[in-house]
Amino acid sequence: MVVSPTRRRVITAVRYLLLAIAAFLLVYPFLYMLSTSFKPRSLVLGDPTSLIPEDPTLDNYIQVLGADNFARYFLNSAMVAVVSTVLIVALSSMMAYGFTRLSFPGRRILFGLIIVGLTIPTMMLIIPQFLLARDLHLLNSLQGLVPFYVGTALGFNTFLLSGFFETLPKELDEAMTIDGAGAWRRYWSLALPLSRPALATCVIFAFLGTWDEFAWALTVLNDVEVRTLPIAIALFQGQHSTSWGLVFAASMLAIIPVLIVYIVFQRHFVAGLTSGAVKS
Amino acid sequence: MSTTTVLPPAASPSSIPRRRRAAAGAGRRAALTGYAFVLPGFSLYALVMLYPAVQTFLLSLRDWKITPGVDSPWVGLDNYIRAFSDPVFLNSLVNSVIYTVGTVPLQIAIGLGLAVLLDSKLPGRTAFRVLFYLPVVTSWVVVSLLFQYIFSSGDGLANLVVVDVFHLAQENVSWFQDRWTAFIAICALGVWKGVGWSMLIFLAALTAVPRELHEAAAIDGAGAWGRFRHVSLPSIRGALSVIVILLVIGGFNVFISVLLMTGGGPGNATQVPLTYMYDQAFTFLDFGYGSAISFSLTAFVLVVSAAQYWWTRRAMRS
Repeated sequence: MVVSPTRRRVITAVRYLLLAIAAFLLVYPFLYMLSTSFKPRSLVLGDPTSLIPEDPTLDNYIQVLGADNFARYFLNSAMVAVVSTVLIVALSSMMAYGFTRLSFPGRRILFGLIIVGLTIPTMMLIIPQFLLARDLHLLNSLQGLVPFYVGTALGFNTFLLSGFFETLPKELDEAMTIDGAGAWRRYWSLALPLSRPALATCVIFAFLGTWDEFAWALTVLNDVEVRTLPIAIALFQGQHSTSWGLVFAASMLAIIPVLIVYIVFQRHFVAGLTSGAVKS
Repeated sequence: MSTTTVLPPAASPSSIPRRRRAAAGAGRRAALTGYAFVLPGFSLYALVMLYPAVQTFLLSLRDWKITPGVDSPWVGLDNYIRAFSDPVFLNSLVNSVIYTVGTVPLQIAIGLGLAVLLDSKLPGRTAFRVLFYLPVVTSWVVVSLLFQYIFSSGDGLANLVVVDVFHLAQENVSWFQDRWTAFIAICALGVWKGVGWSMLIFLAALTAVPRELHEAAAIDGAGAWGRFRHVSLPSIRGALSVIVILLVIGGFNVFISVLLMTGGGPGNATQVPLTYMYDQAFTFLDFGYGSAISFSLTAFVLVVSAAQYWWTRRAMRS
């Protein structure tokens, strides 16, 4: 190429400048939230540009975790998210294995119904799901959330894992079958260990999806003790409409686990989004 | 069955049915294993996804009475007739169009711009990618409250920028007191939260374009813009159509941000179909009407995305 070194340096500088502006605009609101959560309550609507609080305090966090019961909501969310994630990964990997490696009558029809489900927005189902939960006595309890979180996530994760299982060499399966290994052995000690990256992607999406879920929890949970974090934060804002420091201290508690999971596993995010043909 | 053909001719006649039965038994066992893998998950999926999908349609044809034991009469298309003569519902559809038009093109333009900027061996590339994607992974609840605060009516950050820095308004704006300013705030959130997602998909598509194509174009004398137009753009068309379809679906299904930022108010000025459906179902307990709204929205969105799919397929072929 015939671009002079000076010109190339200028182009790179412009590139970085534009990227830095974008990064600033995308990250600034988070910093703003973080700094507000450390501001004493009287100063919350003071100078909005100062990111470093003059008089930083942990009062908001102390009140949120203590008097406002957020430790409880945090545990509720964690329990629901962990149990749901385990079930989602177990059931959808079994389904994906069955669909891609075993043959049985009706296989194509059942897989087709999974694909059809990918086009249905979950919000469309909220009314009949509510009636179903009422009839099954699953309203207003943390255990009641789990079957719905798992059932609505199975389609996407089965689809994602099926795509990955397809790429595993069939010869390995055949070799193990000749050695006398049954389907369960092949699933457990061949397919699953070889699919670690895809399983990691599923774990992340399943965990974040259930940790952040709002609409369904809002609809079925009534009692204070069974609230999950997103519900608690939204209602909390309704009660303390001017105490933004408290609201954002609670919000920080909710997003810190997400940020940790995201930054540690960010490679898998890209892999999952681009291989699974995407469903946001 | 092929087992009969490989049998030695001397085999006793009685052994044939037995072997056949053994093969059928093995087939049945294989099928049972298949069902054992698939059915636990599939039955749960059918219960909470497929059954409710059918129920949404059936509920929409009834005047649903929430009290158990009370009859819910079938009313045909009454709920649909009511919806399409309900000014609030029609207005909510217009609002979802406003939201889609206000967010989708910007997300695509900015997302593509960022992807192009990141598409080279730049030190710090991963760090930028991680930062840009941060809003995407943060919960809708948290970011909706955050933007409510940024756009708060007093000395919020948005007012500071608009009034004191750029002098676009004489005095502080009460963003959520008016339909149009409220949608500026809601769309700003939608774009801010979404650009990282489209950036990532574009970036994956751009990375897959072979370097040699760019080099060949450069040797032929193409400038940066020419290479982008004639090399990059054609190779990311597939990604572009997927992004457009999914963003449009997402735009019409906007819910949490509107619910938390305006609640559909003032009056019903900022209702979108899902907030209105939610109101009808869980505030007024009108499940039949709510289901009709859900079903109409889903059908509408499916038709729009099928049309888009068909149109992009045709455009790509020609």
